[in-house]
Amino acid sequence: MSQFNFVSDLQNALIMDGETRGPAPRWKKKLEASLNGSVNTTRSVLSVSYNTSFSGVQAPTKTPGKSSEGKTKKPNTTPTKTPGGGDRFIPNRAATNFELAHFLVNKDSGDKSDEENDKATTSNSNSNESNVQASAHKGERQKLISEVAQVPGDSHGGRILCYQNKAPAAPESHTNPLKVVYSIKTPISTKSGSRYIPTTSERILDAPDFINDYYLNLMDWSGDNIVAVALGSCVYLWNAASGNIEQLTEFEEGDYAGSLSWIQEGQILAIGNSTGAVELWDCSKVKRLRVMDGHSARVGSLAWNSFLVSSGSRDGTIIHHDVRSREHKISSLAGHTQEVCGLKWSTDFKYLASGGNDNLVNVWSLASSGVGTASEALHKFNEHQAAVRALAWCPWQPSTLASGGGTADRCIKFWNVNNGSLIKSVDSKSQVCSLLFSRHYKELISAHGFANNQLTIWKYPTMVKQADLTGHTSRVLQMAMSPDGSTVISAGADETLRLWNCFAPDPLAAKKSASVNSKAKQSVFRQSIR
Amino acid sequence: MSSAQATKNCITLKGSAQIIVEYLKYGIHSILFQRGIYPAENFDSTQQYGLTILMSKDPKIETFLKNVLSQTEEWLSKNMINKISMVITNAHSKEVLECWDFKMQAEMGDNQSADPTQRTSSKDQTRIQNEIRDVMRQISATVSYLPLLDCICTFDVMIHTLENTELPAKWDETGAIVIQNAQAVQLRSFSTGLHKVETVVNYKMST
Repeated sequence: MSQFNFVSDLQNALIMDGETRGPAPRWKKKLEASLNGSVNTTRSVLSVSYNTSFSGVQAPTKTPGKSSEGKTKKPNTTPTKTPGGGDRFIPNRAATNFELAHFLVNKDSGDKSDEENDKATTSNSNSNESNVQASAHKGERQKLISEVAQVPGDSHGGRILCYQNKAPAAPESHTNPLKVVYSIKTPISTKSGSRYIPTTSERILDAPDFINDYYLNLMDWSGDNIVAVALGSCVYLWNAASGNIEQLTEFEEGDYAGSLSWIQEGQILAIGNSTGAVELWDCSKVKRLRVMDGHSARVGSLAWNSFLVSSGSRDGTIIHHDVRSREHKISSLAGHTQEVCGLKWSTDFKYLASGGNDNLVNVWSLASSGVGTASEALHKFNEHQAAVRALAWCPWQPSTLASGGGTADRCIKFWNVNNGSLIKSVDSKSQVCSLLFSRHYKELISAHGFANNQLTIWKYPTMVKQADLTGHTSRVLQMAMSPDGSTVISAGADETLRLWNCFAPDPLAAKKSASVNSKAKQSVFRQSIR
Repeated sequence: MSSAQATKNCITLKGSAQIIVEYLKYGIHSILFQRGIYPAENFDSTQQYGLTILMSKDPKIETFLKNVLSQTEEWLSKNMINKISMVITNAHSKEVLECWDFKMQAEMGDNQSADPTQRTSSKDQTRIQNEIRDVMRQISATVSYLPLLDCICTFDVMIHTLENTELPAKWDETGAIVIQNAQAVQLRSFSTGLHKVETVVNYKMST
């Protein structure tokens, strides 16, 4: 069959202008939209040759908080919400001197460029033709421009000095440890565990418009077996038992849910939105109960502790809301300087762990009054080298916290919050987006991004890899566990939700423990006879 | 420096040079680690700016940086430096793969004195440290988009000085470096009040 697939693929590729069968997939539409946008910008002959691949990126003026000189006036529509400026890296041409470069290019190529200019002007009416010519000269032009564009503006005058005794080169045997980040073919070495773990997903749900943002928490699974998920500007409820889908709410144009979190028991869902408010919804009645404001930027993380809901925001603060009282804001914690993207109360609800884009993990202890936490962090862990979004508390060791770092870090670290020490650190070789401990097994599951977009099950505390669950075609952003602890749902940037039946209780083990109990009884009985 | 000023918390040109050289030291070590230029086992972690920074413990690298940076500090305290470039090259082909530019800009400070040695800045130390910390964080975040350096690499530090700078012993004059098909990304900048430092990474776009 595969050869037929290949032939049909080939035909599809050959018939470029042919009708596509059925509606084009979403990714294709998006691609086309972005391509159309960039085609317009690549009209002029000069810009064809130089970094057109970035023309899809928005103009740097729109970046909030990006400080580039000469752009003192910022449009009011994009206020800086992140404290300390934005954190996106957008290539710019500030370092290249284009005016000088243009002059040098024209001077160096002399008559050739004149000729070319003539051609370009004569054929201006026919844009196709000029494009063809441009591409013919593209190679040499690109070379010239790239050489010349870097001529420093202050090249007249000034010397460039360097020390004679150079630094040594890396040893010949050295290979760049970052290779794992870039190479697709990372070896998947998994030790066959003591139990069978299905490595394919049990069920796949379509999740169109799932926002691919590392800093948001857009899915949660309630104790009543309902999965809440935010898709674009809407929030949907999926009943895992019956399969019913219900739309809870839709935000107004431009706004979206940044985080979802279910109360421990019951039908109350907290939604942190992009305007910085936390909304409480009664999902049995599909009714909004209250809106609690307090943040100046979007709320990307939420955590419940009975009547207390803690919210972490892009403005770097964490606010404890008492949902019962009129004055809901109990306290505000300023432990992070950048967006708070991970927030978890410990399983015994004595500690709150928060992770931020400032690479910090903070642990806050419950206040002596029992409401909120102390205003100073109990521990500040700064060992991660990237944003920390994945946080999980160990259910059988309440003082053990697991945290996972982003692309620059890739480590899963375990902390003892009693004494603030690092217990263990494991390089997962891929960004860690989410962590969960199993309730049935002494195991841990982690969700990853590039290169394999897999979920990995680890034995704890040995951290031996048990299984890799692959299937997502883009990074896995969020995980949640079913109320019975047997199933994990993962949400990927490939706009699918996948259900993995990876922690199903072992029926044999259950039987064995039952028989052990009966045996023990028996022996007691025998002892009494003797 | 007068005694009245000394009671205030103020930074002189020399102090400003010290702060910048310290940043350069931690910045360059961090780049060496984050870009995977040298084996990770040759690095030790230290705490600085509230961050964990990995420093190379290779004695050759340490002495090289010590020599370069002490000279840099001397020139910086005379405002003779335009730019400092950390250049990462392929050790075999000598091709320049990446260039980290630290652009220095002299600022007037508080008293706007014409004589640079008399200038002072009252900028809060912790604020400067926080600004530097943000840049350091960005440096470690760059791995997510910079291309892989998949070869044996070495690095060099080039100092762009004024024309009238005298060449000290053991120093050479060199030419400007060129990266083919380069892309530049500007990171955040920080300022001590007397110097403004901009960090830009230029890298070769993979084709």
